[in-house]
Amino acid sequence: MPYIVIGVGIVLSVIIEISTKKSKEILPWFSVLLFMGTAIYSIVNVSQSFVLFSGMLEVGGKSAIFNAIFNFSAALIVLSSIDYLKKYEAYYGEYYILIQSSVLGMMVMASAQDIFMVFMGLELMSICFYALVGINRKRLSANEASLKYFLLGAFATGFIVYGIALIYGSAGSTSIQNLVENFVSYSSNIIFVLGLLIFFVGFSFKIAAVPFHMWVPDVYEGSATTVTGFMSTAGKAAAFSVFIIMLSAVVSYNAPNFFKNYFAVISALSMVLGSVVAISQDNLKRMLAYSSISHAGYMVIGLAAGNLYSIAGIIFYLAVYSFINIGAFSVISAIEGKDESRIDIKSYAGLHSKSPFLAAMISLFMFALAGIPPLAGFFGKYYVFFGAIQADLTWLAIVGVLSSVISVYFYIRVVVYAYFKNSEENFTIQTSVGTYSAIIVSAALVIICGFFPDLLLGIITTAVK
Amino acid sequence: MSNVPMEYYLILSAFMFCVGVAGVLIRRNAIVVFMCIELMLNSANLTLVTFSSYLGNSIGQVFVFFVMTVAAAEAAVGLAIIIAMFRNKMTVNIDEINIFKW
Repeated sequence: MPYIVIGVGIVLSVIIEISTKKSKEILPWFSVLLFMGTAIYSIVNVSQSFVLFSGMLEVGGKSAIFNAIFNFSAALIVLSSIDYLKKYEAYYGEYYILIQSSVLGMMVMASAQDIFMVFMGLELMSICFYALVGINRKRLSANEASLKYFLLGAFATGFIVYGIALIYGSAGSTSIQNLVENFVSYSSNIIFVLGLLIFFVGFSFKIAAVPFHMWVPDVYEGSATTVTGFMSTAGKAAAFSVFIIMLSAVVSYNAPNFFKNYFAVISALSMVLGSVVAISQDNLKRMLAYSSISHAGYMVIGLAAGNLYSIAGIIFYLAVYSFINIGAFSVISAIEGKDESRIDIKSYAGLHSKSPFLAAMISLFMFALAGIPPLAGFFGKYYVFFGAIQADLTWLAIVGVLSSVISVYFYIRVVVYAYFKNSEENFTIQTSVGTYSAIIVSAALVIICGFFPDLLLGIITTAVK
Repeated sequence: MSNVPMEYYLILSAFMFCVGVAGVLIRRNAIVVFMCIELMLNSANLTLVTFSSYLGNSIGQVFVFFVMTVAAAEAAVGLAIIIAMFRNKMTVNIDEINIFKW
């Protein structure tokens, strides 16, 4: 149902774009309505689980939660894009259409019950992202970012397709249900394990885990700020949804977790490298790119642990991280001037006197990313670490805690600049209702999920079971 | 086809895949890198067709069509990106595309 709605929405958007000159005003609000409608529909129908298209897609349960995350992030990003595109004088109608198509791809990925559907959804999402990263096609930085993203993304796709081919060859079928039920008997076949490993390596590119993270800082820095916000939240959530689907054999049927060591190693590397390198970054988008690498590391802890508790923890973490990161990127896009000026941390000096509201909001999001209780980021980390300790991975939880202690330094540094340094440059902040509403909604969600984590976790736990 | 053992096809496609990976890592021209990625996809297609033929079910062959369609879409977007890059910078050499530094 939600898939058809989004699909029809894409067609309608194309018609609006070619038929009226006012599409600039209509399309963003049409997209917001579409996304909010789908998100609410998914949340309401979370407990009704059924299979569509002769066993290709599963609606409800985990996929409903993921659909809600994707659509909600997309709605917030569209809100804050309106001002941003105006600022850059880079309005292209296809921007919103590409966001809608990539959301459709993510939804197909998250609800896939067949590896082919995983692949189709992944490619629909990735191809839209390649174009979105380079949407500002006259800027050299956008060109470079999209070229790097495209080459490495297509490289990862090559791995994923080869992995799928090996899995298909050794299992004789592509149904995920079949894979999950016969996981133990297949896993004595070396080709199956190799195929699954290649498949996971390909997806490790997509979630930006070390050592497959080389593209992340450049792409996050070069692409439009709102697109970065979208990629780092919904795109990452989509890639994690595939990991969760493929590991459901381990989680629900108590099959042995062959990839425990693989996940543990990439998670430890991502956490440490992301936190340590972010310290030396002055560009805020680049800093958040490294922070996104280390957050991917925290989430992979949950995959290494591989029990129901940690999977619920990952989904909670992804939802919360989406709200925080979209809020942070919206603030950055509000402060950013034309031609990529004012994304350096120095521009945040004395922000308090220029705009008390934005200063308070960026501090809130930075505290939340650092995981300071009682904000939402803390509970995300807490649930994942707790799952790791239950799975006898205490050392990984300790590495995680240490690296989040390191990461507090560079998050708090932004707050220090905003409140305790004197302003060096003069500029006025031009933003309007769209960006502000995106910031306020995400801030409200961060605070609500922080004080009442049980609300969200309750929904997620029922969905996972 | 059944006269040739399945392993031969698999070894050939594994070799093609390795050539593709090596090419991506070594070559410096964006278009050649892109062609190496296509080689990786084609080696996966060969694997799929081989398994499909030897397992006697058609899922793999159907999937090959999907992979080819996706590869075409990817080529369209990728070449557009490379052309946009070339318009601004007059080069497609990956070593010269370096405005972002660590």
